[in-house]
Amino acid sequence: MSQYRICPDSGLYFDKSAESLMKVNAVAGAVALLVAGVLALLLGLTRWPSIHLLGAADFYMTLTAHGLNALIYWMIFFEIAILYFASSTLLKCRLAGPRWAWLGFALMIIGAVTTNVAIFQGNSSVMMTSYVPMQAAPHFYLGLILFAVGALIGCFVFLGTLVIAKQENTYVGSVPLVTFGAITACIIAVFTIASGAIILIPTFLWSIGLIGHIDSLMYRVIWWGMGHSSQQINVAAHVSVWYAVAAIAFGAKPMSEKVSRGAFLLYILFLQLACAHHILVDPGVSSSWKIFNTSYAMYLAVLASMIHGLTVPGSMEVAQRKKGYTNGLFEWLRKAPWGNPVFSGVFLSIIIFGFIGGITGVIMGTEQINLIIHNTYYVTGHFHSTVAVGTTLTFMALTFFLIPVLFRRQMIMPGLAKWQPYLFAGGMTILILFMLGAGTLGVPRRHWDMGFADAASMGIKFEFPGMAETMMALVGIGAVIAVLGGAIYLLITVGSLLFGKKLEPSAGLLQSFGVPLAASCYTSERPEPAKGPAADLEEHGSAGFEAPGTFVLAMLLLVSFVVYYFINWKYLASVWPLS
Amino acid sequence: MSAILPPPERIWWNLPVGKEEIVWIALSLTWCLIMFAMMPLWHFYGKQNLSNEAYRITASQFEARTKAMADQYEVRTESAMNIPVVHPPAIGDALPNGETSTGDVYMLGRLWQWWPMLELEKDKSYRLHLSSLDWQHGFSLQPININMQVLPDYEMVLTITPDTSGEFTIVCNEYCGINHHTMLGKIYVKE
Repeated sequence: MSQYRICPDSGLYFDKSAESLMKVNAVAGAVALLVAGVLALLLGLTRWPSIHLLGAADFYMTLTAHGLNALIYWMIFFEIAILYFASSTLLKCRLAGPRWAWLGFALMIIGAVTTNVAIFQGNSSVMMTSYVPMQAAPHFYLGLILFAVGALIGCFVFLGTLVIAKQENTYVGSVPLVTFGAITACIIAVFTIASGAIILIPTFLWSIGLIGHIDSLMYRVIWWGMGHSSQQINVAAHVSVWYAVAAIAFGAKPMSEKVSRGAFLLYILFLQLACAHHILVDPGVSSSWKIFNTSYAMYLAVLASMIHGLTVPGSMEVAQRKKGYTNGLFEWLRKAPWGNPVFSGVFLSIIIFGFIGGITGVIMGTEQINLIIHNTYYVTGHFHSTVAVGTTLTFMALTFFLIPVLFRRQMIMPGLAKWQPYLFAGGMTILILFMLGAGTLGVPRRHWDMGFADAASMGIKFEFPGMAETMMALVGIGAVIAVLGGAIYLLITVGSLLFGKKLEPSAGLLQSFGVPLAASCYTSERPEPAKGPAADLEEHGSAGFEAPGTFVLAMLLLVSFVVYYFINWKYLASVWPLS
Repeated sequence: MSAILPPPERIWWNLPVGKEEIVWIALSLTWCLIMFAMMPLWHFYGKQNLSNEAYRITASQFEARTKAMADQYEVRTESAMNIPVVHPPAIGDALPNGETSTGDVYMLGRLWQWWPMLELEKDKSYRLHLSSLDWQHGFSLQPININMQVLPDYEMVLTITPDTSGEFTIVCNEYCGINHHTMLGKIYVKE
């Protein structure tokens, strides 16, 4: 029988080997976030026109490394920890093949280090997307492939754990909603990694001279099968964490298991060719292909996100109302635990992801509107609202919960931690809004000098409107604030792991980095299976609205969405006719 | 009572769904269908659509065609790189040989130039051919803000009708190496 412990504070089950793997994956993610954050500061200070810190070569190298560390390494490491949590911990089950899981982790580390080395050697400043025929050093691609193989092993360990849990009856009934969400993330991850393999393996072979030519359009279509889908892993993972935090912070129950699970299912069924969003202004792909594959005629993946946008805060509202916060539409929200960073981080993430990330994403993904947005700084603004606030802030919030529960350390500086989500979300919101604004004025992404001084010296002059320069300075200010918020997160997290009060006497330095706690913490008696409480006798889904406040917020979202959507069509209608 | 525990009711998929969820799903789905419908509708009623016309082409073929056009219609050169400014006929313009012009104009992207510069006439239409001779580039027409991807080995052909006059700049907005930020081109539109 495998060994496990039950957390005395949360009642959560931690399998001994799964616990170590969750710790090392989360710590590896935090290291990647540290790298990404330092680089983010350099980038913010370079695109701030009056500072313009780095030279062109360093800027492009830094940008390549920032993208990969923030978007791939930080998130995927953390998501592997979430997969193990959602399977082993929530289903009270031993981890399938812990040695395989360690192998996967080792490959991910080797891959991440290899690609970073390639980038910082300076010959692989090809951006995260590494569009052919621009070529990086072979070990740039090799590192990505190794990392992907490692992550794939992690996915199969997760799936194997589900099988064991079912066989050994470690839970009663259906898997929890959060596990269901994690399964969604895992299925999308397998698709993502398969797409990555299909394109990166030939590209690697091309970089060492074994293949003569890679078609640029084919590369874009398949690469984005990985690149965009990997963002859907993030969405499925962070939405799962939203549900988990609603449960942890409020004891909230999903409003409807059927609706929430159905929405996750829509992600699996309707996200897969989201790569089409990136090909909207490419030659060689027809309009009907673009229109169909960005929407599948119904935008059901968008529908799924809109559903989660209602049901996550809605479940919090229902739980708060049960506690007696029933005055008016918003007492439940006013009296929410705004000083608890686990809650505030998640709630800010929901609002910013929904209102900014969701709306801008769908608008950008509209075939014709993409013409006025493609490759401008607007795109960068969009994905910072989805992944830097949606995913990163959610994972930060979850970390504050995991420090005592998983690492058995008390969080240091709780006063500072209260402010962390506001600082990070505030800085990011400034950054995002002005990125969107600058992009609307045409400022390109991935561009070292919007002042075009070198071009002017060759006799071709161009200046963006003064407003664009002002906005880029404000982006820089937002970046500095957000980096400060990120630094506080890392300071609190690493500080707690090193110096936080031990909640178990054996929770020492080594234990923070993956070594199990003292043997006496663990037992191998068969645990009680995971099961829900007795069914609620009061009727679910009464005729009235259970969560009127959330419904009003959702209507506000819809109205903003409709208005902004048509503003963009209006703007499109003003540009030169094209056909 | 929790998303981190198995549902308390074994048969959770038969439980009734709350009213706000049903209303919200209905509203959202309606909105999703409207958003879908906008894209095909714009192809019929809107004026800004990308054509579906594209060809495979080699860099040398495209360069030769572009150069032939530039040689024929050059009016002056600009910049330290002596980039020609060409004034080609628009669709339907009478040609010296008595035929009418097809209005084909070419612009190529290469490290790190848009070549040549174009001089067009307002409210006339042109068939603009775009391709890259080397890496991927981004055609970003400013300050209008029309953006398109330009790929090697693919020739995109679209009909443009400049309806404002003045000087317009093409910024490269697909990263194309160390001098990416110097890659500017020009389109002049005359009244």
